[in-house]
Amino acid sequence: MAKRSAPEVNAGSMADIAFLLLIFFLVTTTIETDSGITRKLPPIDDEQQDPPPLKERNIFIVLVNANGDLFVEDEKMDIEDLRENAVKFLDNGGGTGDEACDYCQGARDPDSSDNPIKAVISLQNDRQTEYGKYIAVQNELVAAYNELRNREANRLYNMDFTDMEAAYNDPEFQGDKEKLKERIGVIKDMFPQKLSEAEPKKRK
Amino acid sequence: MSKFKKKDDGGTPAISTASLPDIVFMLLFFFMVVTVMRDTSLKVQNVLPYADQVEKLDKKNLIMYIYAGKPSPRYQETFGTEARVQLNDKYASVNEVQQFIEEERQSKREELRDKLTTALKVDKETNMGLVSDIKQELRKAEALKINYTTKEGDAMLNIE
Repeated sequence: MAKRSAPEVNAGSMADIAFLLLIFFLVTTTIETDSGITRKLPPIDDEQQDPPPLKERNIFIVLVNANGDLFVEDEKMDIEDLRENAVKFLDNGGGTGDEACDYCQGARDPDSSDNPIKAVISLQNDRQTEYGKYIAVQNELVAAYNELRNREANRLYNMDFTDMEAAYNDPEFQGDKEKLKERIGVIKDMFPQKLSEAEPKKRK
Repeated sequence: MSKFKKKDDGGTPAISTASLPDIVFMLLFFFMVVTVMRDTSLKVQNVLPYADQVEKLDKKNLIMYIYAGKPSPRYQETFGTEARVQLNDKYASVNEVQQFIEEERQSKREELRDKLTTALKVDKETNMGLVSDIKQELRKAEALKINYTTKEGDAMLNIE
């Protein structure tokens, strides 16, 4: 028998099928937003040890109450001013002798922090505080630290601290990772992120 | 007889659509590759707050998600409007968080277990009380690396 060539399949509807699939994927696609403020929680200590004594002037108390009002050191403040005030506090460098800070550019006010290494920001909130407000405050405080770290990183290494960290976390980074890690460590030691969070107060 | 024959009747020639499937397939493959299927369906309202000091989270398989917020409108009749925690596909109470973390840890390879991050996807209208309870549970479970998932934008947008 003579070989018969296979009849050609009509591919005209292929486009329709592909369109159908395309539309399905278009609709189900959610390009996920997975970025956020990374924080570390303090581990639970079983033994109740007394916290090391802190001088009053080295603590910067930020309180967000149930109505979302912001109080800094018992005074009401707009959230727009928080970053500037946090920077002022951290960068004050009022200490003398052993506690002097040679890279601070602050006012050296004796009533504010001695040294960024000693300075602690205490963030307090109420159980009724809205999460959005809390995040806004967190964001401003992290921004204050980043601002100071960027300044020092630019002075020492001509590079933004945030860029250094991004490069360090980038798996395709070409360069001396050890050196970068060391530099990040230096900057982190200059302005350690001491952000303590008290457990929220009970409703009164 | 002229050398240049006049084309018979006007009429535009048909455009070949033979390459249309190729184009569509190309688009299709693009979307198939970039699509991340949601593995959990949300049962809570989840409008994330804004922040601009954000770090990106890559390595999707090393993240544990905890959702919190008011139940979505269609569940509000049965569950009320009190903010709740959602783990995987169902509502959970706060003290189930520890067990959830433990289960997630068990499902990962041993060398990756201490690299896990907990992403808190919390609706911006939730009260901090619930968030602190979750945080307290996470401390008990020793899952200390957390990330408050936010949208990128000016933080002042949260205060309105």
